[in-house]
Amino acid sequence: MNEKNNTLLIYTLLYFVFLYVPVLFLPIFSFNDANYMSFPLAGFTTEHYEEMWSKRNLHKALWASIKVGVVASVISTTIALFAAKAFARYKFRGEKISYGGIMMPFLIPEIILAVAILIIWINLGFKLGLVPVTIGHTLFCTPFAMLILIARIEGFDFSLEEASRDLGENAWGTFFRVSFPLYLPGIVAALLLSFIISFDEFILAFFLTGSDATLPMYMWGQMRFVQKLPHVLALGAVIIVFTTFIVLLAFWLRNVGQGKAKKDIALKL
Amino acid sequence: MSNSFIQINNISKHFKDVKAVDDVSFEIKEGEFFSLLGPSGCGKTTLLRLLAGFEYPTSGNLLIDGIDITALPPDKRPTNMVFQNYAIFPHLNVEKNIKFGLRKLGLSHDEIGNRVKDVLKLVKLEGYEERFSNQLSGGQRQRVALARALVRQPKVLLLDEPLGALDKKLRDEMQLELRTLQKNIGITFVFVTHDQQEAISMSDRVAVMNDGKIQQLSAPNELYKNPKNIFVSDFIGETNFLKAETKSSDGGFINVLIEELGEFKIKNNLNIAANSSDVVCSVRPESMMISNVKSDWDICLDAKIRQTSYLGEMTRFYVEVKGIDKTITVSSQHFDNQSFENNDCFISISLEDISLLNKK
Repeated sequence: MNEKNNTLLIYTLLYFVFLYVPVLFLPIFSFNDANYMSFPLAGFTTEHYEEMWSKRNLHKALWASIKVGVVASVISTTIALFAAKAFARYKFRGEKISYGGIMMPFLIPEIILAVAILIIWINLGFKLGLVPVTIGHTLFCTPFAMLILIARIEGFDFSLEEASRDLGENAWGTFFRVSFPLYLPGIVAALLLSFIISFDEFILAFFLTGSDATLPMYMWGQMRFVQKLPHVLALGAVIIVFTTFIVLLAFWLRNVGQGKAKKDIALKL
Repeated sequence: MSNSFIQINNISKHFKDVKAVDDVSFEIKEGEFFSLLGPSGCGKTTLLRLLAGFEYPTSGNLLIDGIDITALPPDKRPTNMVFQNYAIFPHLNVEKNIKFGLRKLGLSHDEIGNRVKDVLKLVKLEGYEERFSNQLSGGQRQRVALARALVRQPKVLLLDEPLGALDKKLRDEMQLELRTLQKNIGITFVFVTHDQQEAISMSDRVAVMNDGKIQQLSAPNELYKNPKNIFVSDFIGETNFLKAETKSSDGGFINVLIEELGEFKIKNNLNIAANSSDVVCSVRPESMMISNVKSDWDICLDAKIRQTSYLGEMTRFYVEVKGIDKTITVSSQHFDNQSFENNDCFISISLEDISLLNKK
């Protein structure tokens, strides 16, 4: 028994070491006073962060990523909200096919999605840039947002909506006064996760950006020059901290209110 | 007082092949406490939801106070509902829950304040304005649901098994309270329940439903004393069914051969046909007498006590009667239990306590 527990413990530790140690090297070397990633560490410096901050192209790429991320996450969350509500609330013809259709970008290799959009976009005579990237990201983020929202809406007590209608509200009033506030934590979680997925996304951006680089594209571009590596490390470290914060926030939000609901049920039983 | 305040005219509701409500017609009086009673799946909740506007009938029409509401959405009907799970808005406190339905009524600020104050007093929830649903007990939630519906001063209050989630003692209290409340405010209540005791103790009239149809609609005591068919007799209270067949009819009476007991002349309130074997006799456990000496009642049978169960206010005896292949249940307040198991006894029945029913 004891032995088994130790095996599991070692397994768990190994898993986390493999997962997180490489990631930890980024922040460590980002403060190292050298241009190469090697031990022993040469000394502490914040110079790479200062350098990072001074790059105009980086600012441009960051702004591009934020624009794409905000637009893509808002559109995909809106689409996902309507879809999730339909799937969680109603039975209808073609339900499974529609669900599969929306989930598809989740399963097909991203590179295929990217190539497909690229070919169509160019054949339609449009220029590459942030618009096709945003479209690609919207497609790609929608299934993630929908999964989060379905989880939220499935636990929803629909008699609350009936109660609202019964108390004199029409369908829109019911949505804004009852459904929306109760879905809100799920909606915010879906927005945040969609934003992060778009913010980190590389393959679609690689095929569709043209000359307007997003942040991951910018990083990839810088990697070709050894002397530019340190400030990319600094950037990477910042992104890790930022992403972790957003993801934790999203998960926390997703569970807000759900705990309460569970307690309610427990009380009733 | 209008005798046809709510008119339900030939209402049917089909879900695919299932006839949840099957061509039902009746009327509910103004100010009446009316119950829809039946087992789960009998159509009572569907009928209530049709009145509320959450479902629309397949055919037929509904009128409240002379106005056809058949096609109106829930927010345009003069009804409000107390939901089975109360459906208290979890993101709003008690006060805001109660105010929720007042927004569209075009009331002044003062009027809203007064109504909320009055209704909180009515349901005894003063001081709970700031609480949220998860900070309330089951009984308090029920009161919030009631207040939220009553504050709109509906013509009809619909209640969907509102006491089902409460424990027995609280349920008994709330029954009494609801009844008093309804008498005081005079609003018509339509109350759905599967609990026959609840329906009988609270209502002015009860409609017993099964298979989407009204089986019997009458005052509670009528339901108990003069059930119209075997379903109602079985569903309301407890009873013993005895195999029987009718012989010749004789005015308001009919000669009935009851299995192994012989032929008796009993009242024929339901105009049951002569010479039919499609009938049963029903005798309530508490209408029979159990004794250890022979009685001079119309029927007195030799029996043997198989089992007893002590229920506090009465004792229930499960007895075996010679020639009848099932256990007969008799309740008595007087006959002591315990020592009588497996003892011989006598079961006495008065003819007027036997009701004759059609099997179908």
